[in-house]
Amino acid sequence: MIVPLEHVVVLSLIIFSIGVLGVLFRRNAITIFMSIELMLNAVNLALVGFSRYHNSVDGQVFVFLVMTLAAAEVAVGLAIIIALYRNRQTVNIDEINLMKN
Amino acid sequence: MSLSLLFYCVGGIAIGSAIFVVLNRNAVYSAISLVLCFFSLAVIYLLLEAYVIAVLEIFIYAGAIMVLFLFVIMLLNLGREDALPNLNYLQRATSLLLVLLFFVGIFLLMIGDQELFPQPTEQFVAGGIYPLGEALFSKYLLPFEVASLLLLVALIGTVYLAKRKV
Repeated sequence: MIVPLEHVVVLSLIIFSIGVLGVLFRRNAITIFMSIELMLNAVNLALVGFSRYHNSVDGQVFVFLVMTLAAAEVAVGLAIIIALYRNRQTVNIDEINLMKN
Repeated sequence: MSLSLLFYCVGGIAIGSAIFVVLNRNAVYSAISLVLCFFSLAVIYLLLEAYVIAVLEIFIYAGAIMVLFLFVIMLLNLGREDALPNLNYLQRATSLLLVLLFFVGIFLLMIGDQELFPQPTEQFVAGGIYPLGEALFSKYLLPFEVASLLLLVALIGTVYLAKRKV
């Protein structure tokens, strides 16, 4: 095996943290969606790493299911963004406050 | 060993492109950089001998999902987001602090428990399509079917959202 598992998990942790920062920093709904994709990919990386080092296929099945979830989430989320844009002509999440008060 | 050097190089590219995704103000550049991140993650999956997952990563993420993203970005004609206001410094500092706290917490957890990380076995049998397919259609048959139901629900929801005049 090429690298210790700790390094794979630390790489996954770094990418996940960058994704969280993206969700917190950006105001553009599409960029926030991309950051969520980054977080899902970081989790996938950790699952694949653990699957390799435990010599088990279960982690890869989870990755398969996470990918299905990501595809469904992106399809519905982008449809919601398009519907909001038709309504409000903006993707700034600070201006999208239909549910507020 | 040259393979571990490749791992660190590709990991660095993945981190760099992820930072670029978050920091760039142009949504199209963010999307292209995210594709680069997905490709480097696919190389890492190859190095971890998860061949099917590497191919699926390129097919589903870099293929399907990113095309959808780029399509929506160009449909909505989102150029630079200069018009969007920045967060103030208090919000930035708070979110940075929270993420740092999260990072350090998990890191300490990892250092504290060495049993979490087993030594690798030389022979890895679970990387190909055959063991994955066998697990999917025997042990994980119910989650697999539920995932197909989830895709159907997403399909119906998307059609409804796109059709309706909001």
